Amino acid sequence: MTAAEWLRHNAGEIADLTAWHLWLSILPLLIGLLVALPLGRLAHRSRRLYPMLVALAGLVYTVPSLALFILLPKLLSTRILDPVNVVIALSVYTTALLVRVVADGLAAVPADVIQSAHAMGYRSHQRLIRIELPIAVPVIAAGLRVAAVSNVSIVSMAALLGVPQLGSLFTQGFQLHFFTPIVTGVVLSLVIALVLDGLILLAGHSLTPWQPRRSAR
Amino acid sequence: MIRFDNVTKAYPDGTVAVDRLSLEAPTGKITVLVGPSGCGKTTSMRMVNRLIEPTSGTITLGGQPVSGTDATELRRKIGYVIQHAGLFPHKNVADNVMALPRLLGLGRREARTRALELLERVGLGPQFADRYPWQLSGGQQQRVGVARALAADPPYLLMDEPFSAVDPVVRAQLQEEFLRLQREIGKTIVLVTHDIDEALKLGDQVAVLREGGRLAQAAAPAELLARPADAFVAGFVGRDRGYRALGFAGTGDGVIPAAEPAVVLGATRAEAEAAALDGWILVTAPGGEPVGWAALDRLDGDRVTEQDLNLSATTARTDGTLRELLDAALSSPSGRGVLVDAEGHLAGTVSPTAVARAIEEAASATAPAGATAGSVEPAAGSAAEAPAGSHL
Ligand SMILES: Nc1ncnc2c1ncn2[C@@H]1O[C@H](COP(=O)(O)OP(=O)(O)OP(=O)(O)O)[C@@H](O)[C@H]1O
Ligand SMILES: [Mg+2]
Repeated sequence: MTAAEWLRHNAGEIADLTAWHLWLSILPLLIGLLVALPLGRLAHRSRRLYPMLVALAGLVYTVPSLALFILLPKLLSTRILDPVNVVIALSVYTTALLVRVVADGLAAVPADVIQSAHAMGYRSHQRLIRIELPIAVPVIAAGLRVAAVSNVSIVSMAALLGVPQLGSLFTQGFQLHFFTPIVTGVVLSLVIALVLDGLILLAGHSLTPWQPRRSAR
Repeated sequence: MIRFDNVTKAYPDGTVAVDRLSLEAPTGKITVLVGPSGCGKTTSMRMVNRLIEPTSGTITLGGQPVSGTDATELRRKIGYVIQHAGLFPHKNVADNVMALPRLLGLGRREARTRALELLERVGLGPQFADRYPWQLSGGQQQRVGVARALAADPPYLLMDEPFSAVDPVVRAQLQEEFLRLQREIGKTIVLVTHDIDEALKLGDQVAVLREGGRLAQAAAPAELLARPADAFVAGFVGRDRGYRALGFAGTGDGVIPAAEPAVVLGATRAEAEAAALDGWILVTAPGGEPVGWAALDRLDGDRVTEQDLNLSATTARTDGTLRELLDAALSSPSGRGVLVDAEGHLAGTVSPTAVARAIEEAASATAPAGATAGSVEPAAGSAAEAPAGSHL
């Protein structure tokens, strides 16, 4: 079977796998961000919690993904093939990565800006939503880009459990001693990573029209 | 009115930043807190809008103790301006100005209109409305900061070294504009500075604080210069306070300008020679505004041109202060100080001797019985009886 033939035969399945891969990468990114925002804010506000949360996050990040994929079903009594395990595992990684990013992004808001908001009569939640978070967007967006790319690559691991996504092409190619699926999987993962990265970059820019851009200087 | 009643602030580490401060900032006036670094000026000011809570004592705002009100509601009634403006970097100028009214529910359209009005008030045209703070100079940012503080039309304004982050020229300009603005809006203002000149220029009342957060003296600028309460205040207002005090004394009827012949720029050498006194001829613009002096023996060519002008002289307005008058006389190369009327037209000249006489008259008119012109400078640490002016 030639590469072209294989591609033609499996086009439908490849599209499915790509969609799954995308979904399994994006959903945890969103969940992770939602969890990291309050945690990061907490870490930012408390001098004692910050080092603890950051250390914990670092620790979580060092747990091998495969171990997590295998442990989670036991902890949550889900089926091992259930994609929910992958979503949860990746959400945990994303959260671990973003907690520090959010805390540092909030810490980078200039003190005199916070002080004037405070003195003008912003309540603390109003200040967070209208002043601090918008100013922290560039830092948070940069962190999200790292998390997105790393999610795309970690998702492939789930192939070893049989959860369908582009990683499944690697196992397939390996078993068949056939390079085409492997190359296809690698290329498509790369494309997904680049597309996600670009989308976040664009979103970040459109949320921060106030930032001095190199071209505008 | 903002009233401090025996207010003390001790920080947890034991630093007493403000020590039993009692002071009244009258309604519609500018009260300036001035003093050396670390004397508790900022701390005093921040207790007014409860960014800092006093350890003891009470602060009242229009009779209401501030401690009894919700801090956020309180802050919304008090405009606040800080040194580097602290503008929101992610909002354009118009949105910065209207941030608080928008937060309180004002519609977008109305906010925009009001923002443009406020910007105009502080001397910024509509072309600035859509810029971001990083696209503004320091002086422009400071103006936006003032406009923002006025946006919700608060009766009170707190300003912490609002003009100290800009260069002296811009600072002088901002100070002038600020005084003009205050004449229009008449807010009750507490302004903090470490610059005594700024304090004397801006304050209706100047409160001098000393190290340890104690009030040394609170008085009108002229009073502070004429009668410093103690050696610290005397030292702080400076050795040339006698000269500075002239800045608060009007010329009154003290000087009658002498007629001064003048020629218009472009006049012939013959005209200049016919009119000149003592070798100097005053040159005016066609409209009658003095532009400079020309020395007859250095005239270059047949006509009086801009190259011939000596521009060193300042001019004083006939309704100006004795300080302006003296400066005009001292800075004039001809020795005759140029006076102009309210329209800027030449009104005549005065000699330094005439100014000195006017100063003497003003001093004898205001000095209390028994005192001579000026004030007595106590030597540090003792109640020395040096006669007035002896250090000049
Ligand atoms: N949070 C704080 N904790 C402890 N001490 C403080 C704190 N804030 C200020 N101080 C001290 O209180 C004193 C008064 O400080 P404050 O900021 O009011 O001075 P200032 O007159 O505004 O000085 P500057 O002209 O330098 O701004 C200083 O000795 C300062 O070190
Ligand atoms: Mg200060």
